[in-house]
Amino acid sequence: MSIDILMPALSPTMEEGTLAKWHVKVGDEVKSGDVIAEIETDKATMEVEAVDEGKVEAILVDEGAAGVKVNTPIARLAGEGDAAPAPAPKAPEAKAPQAKAPEAKAPEAKAAPAAPPAAEPKPAPAPQPKTQGQAAKPGDRVFASPLARRLAEQQGLDLETLKGSGPHGRIVKADLEGAKPSAAPKPAAAAPAAEAPRQVLSLEQMGIPAGSYDLIPLDGMRRTVARRMTESARDIPHFPLTVDLEIDGLLAARAKINAVLEAQGVKVSVNDLVMKAAAIALKRVPEANASYTPDGIAMHHHADVAMAVAVPGGLITPIVRQCELKGLAQIATETKDLAERARTKKLKPEEYLGGTFSVSNLGMFGIRTFSSIINEPQGAILSVGAGEKRPVVRGDQLAIATVMSVTLTCDHRVVDGATGARWLQAFKVLIEDPITMIV
Amino acid sequence: MAAEFDILVIGAGPGGYVTAIRAAQLGLKTAIVEREALGGVCLNWGCIPTKALLKSGELYETLDHLADYGLSVEKKAFDFAKVIERSRKVAAQLNSGVGFLMKKHKIEVIEGSAKLEKGEGAPKAVIALKAGGSRTVQAKNVILATGARARTIPAAGLEPDGDRVWTYREAMVPKAAPKSMVVVGSGAIGIEFASFYRALGAEVTVVETLPRILPVEDEEVSQTAQRAFQKRGMKFRVGASVKKLSKSKSGVAIEIEAGGKAETLEAEVAIVAVGIVGNVEDLGLEALGVKIDRTHVVTDSHGATGVAGLYAIGDVAGPPWLAHKASHEGVHCVEHIAGLKSEPLTAPIPGCTYANPQVASVGITEAQAKDKGIEVKVGRFPFRVNGKAIASGETEGFVKTIFDAKTGALIGAHMIGAEVTEMIQGFALAMTLEATEAELHAAVFPHPTMSEAMHESALDAYGKVLHL
Repeated sequence: MSIDILMPALSPTMEEGTLAKWHVKVGDEVKSGDVIAEIETDKATMEVEAVDEGKVEAILVDEGAAGVKVNTPIARLAGEGDAAPAPAPKAPEAKAPQAKAPEAKAPEAKAAPAAPPAAEPKPAPAPQPKTQGQAAKPGDRVFASPLARRLAEQQGLDLETLKGSGPHGRIVKADLEGAKPSAAPKPAAAAPAAEAPRQVLSLEQMGIPAGSYDLIPLDGMRRTVARRMTESARDIPHFPLTVDLEIDGLLAARAKINAVLEAQGVKVSVNDLVMKAAAIALKRVPEANASYTPDGIAMHHHADVAMAVAVPGGLITPIVRQCELKGLAQIATETKDLAERARTKKLKPEEYLGGTFSVSNLGMFGIRTFSSIINEPQGAILSVGAGEKRPVVRGDQLAIATVMSVTLTCDHRVVDGATGARWLQAFKVLIEDPITMIV
Repeated sequence: MAAEFDILVIGAGPGGYVTAIRAAQLGLKTAIVEREALGGVCLNWGCIPTKALLKSGELYETLDHLADYGLSVEKKAFDFAKVIERSRKVAAQLNSGVGFLMKKHKIEVIEGSAKLEKGEGAPKAVIALKAGGSRTVQAKNVILATGARARTIPAAGLEPDGDRVWTYREAMVPKAAPKSMVVVGSGAIGIEFASFYRALGAEVTVVETLPRILPVEDEEVSQTAQRAFQKRGMKFRVGASVKKLSKSKSGVAIEIEAGGKAETLEAEVAIVAVGIVGNVEDLGLEALGVKIDRTHVVTDSHGATGVAGLYAIGDVAGPPWLAHKASHEGVHCVEHIAGLKSEPLTAPIPGCTYANPQVASVGITEAQAKDKGIEVKVGRFPFRVNGKAIASGETEGFVKTIFDAKTGALIGAHMIGAEVTEMIQGFALAMTLEATEAELHAAVFPHPTMSEAMHESALDAYGKVLHL
């Protein structure tokens, strides 16, 4: 019989991906283990291997299709003894081909320049069957039968709290039987207002004529960066704390260390020292190594320090796990390897998902200070500026020192001002007097 | 032995063949066993060929009323053999259509009679092939769709004799049109044959044990139907039990008793339409431990029998004995096997009787609602004030709607009149979508159509009727 090949989940959190490339075509024979496709997830491109043997009977998702939901059939293999292909149920396309949208849209916009700005320029996502049994998120349109709506009203039930068992998760009468009236009336007006999607004007509507720019389609990484950073900046009450660090001692220590490690071919960067110091500081001020959850504050056992790596088309944050326990040589080796593989999109999901703290360094670009956006669910992120010679005051004398400014952006829900300040204090001691890292 | 098929369907009636198509669409390797003809009773001996007969009868009857339309006919006549021949041609055309569908979906058709034995994961079928010999088929799942047949009561003489006593099957292909007949049973099958043969001029008496004809329908529909049929010359004995049917030289004599009064009805032929029994015999079900309640296989809401890999759908899985119910159950069963459906089937099943006038209904009757303690709002609208019905000269009948007074849910709809079988689907859809009176009031019904009576009936239930 035919075997459907499903969109794999390449990480526990993956919901959809882009079918970046097919390595097979209809009619090809595949063996178990053959690479048949490349899937671009939010962060990486992964190869999909065939599990079963057979002839490729149908390719159900076109190359380049974005937003393909996990577990939708992407191809079909004819098993042994299959005479001919069965009609292929077309995989539900998750989204309209977004890359094409602007061309199609442009003439329309020209023809109707006075169109009300309310029109969403983004192609509407195709109707997405809600997984059965999933309660609606506030603000979503609730699909319910007329009778279910009336019963809910009569019984004082909040439809948003119910799970729909009807087609496409529609709430039907049966779902209301045995449901309890909601304890508190829902904040009817407030919720939708808060969740109302931001009105997005098209570039044309904002005075940038079509044809005056090239459009690069959004890939998985760009979408993820856009979504996560928007959510973080909007939803997390964040604040920056900046401190100046004198790093002449650190640079001297680094020179010594590298002299020792030269034989091994390992070179420790300032950033590696920052990573190490950050990890130790997180152990000394564990309140900063925490995540906010609705159920409580998660105090992480280890300092899994993520480092922001710029890659073509975006950035990614591979993690040095249990960084506080690792020696500098090991950290240096790991960061070098992770950065390299990040640039070639060869990271495994477990290598970039789930850090407890991040370090972002723009020092090499000469940036003095900046304040990064928190990488959820981490409690804080450290932005590292350039080390440069600056005048400093010692006693009542001006002196010259190599100074590096760092900024800690804190999630105020877990890291209060004083907590962040204590962490920076601890970090400052470690950086300015690196021998204390040994303690 | 390794499984040769994913799905083996036993019985190629409207339940079985549709099940097989859906299975094949889902990419499951499927075979279907049929001992007689693709399409089953529905297509060869039931739904379809009777509709062909009834059309002939209805047209013939219309000739009597041509003057109402300003038309006349010199001499009316029918060629009974040709009427029957047309009905058989219609059945044959659809039968070959099913064959085509099987081929198109690459479903292997195995002609023969299957008997199940214990197998691996699912029972295996030992099939006595029509062509001779036998073939054993192991599939991963077996779906019983063996259907049902006419119930007979030999003790009272109510069984076909191939001559004077018929079931639906003999009634479909008689050599000559009988001059008189007694129809025992006034369900859809009995009433349809009564209507057909009456249209061709036979003296027809319908005997019903229960106090009213079409007993599953709403009481008001039963009353109106009986009056309409009586107007056409049909006779009725309701609340009458058949004591004995005996054959005489000229035909049959049926002793009945109604209200303590005995009577003997004489006629050329009798049609036995006293119900349906499931085809559960000779399938090896007992040995497999399949639970059977009277004549149907007991299943859960997805058709599972409790025996691993064995399912049952359609008539053999119990009432209502309707082709569309069988198809619907079959599709659901296969989708459930494929892991696509976990919710039980809940959609209401409409029922239709294609007599003249037609009867159609969905949901519960007013009496059933009251038995359940549901407070109801009832709306009625007669076709006699519907513009299209008047223009067509088809003003018999009405539309009755029943709403739950508390929630406004449409819980039943009952119709009698011309072409109501084509309209009931509107209410079935409304009920499936869980519509309330608000949606039915808001929906726009085209003018002029008979369907406007549906709208008016829903309006009437809430005191908003416009044309009464």
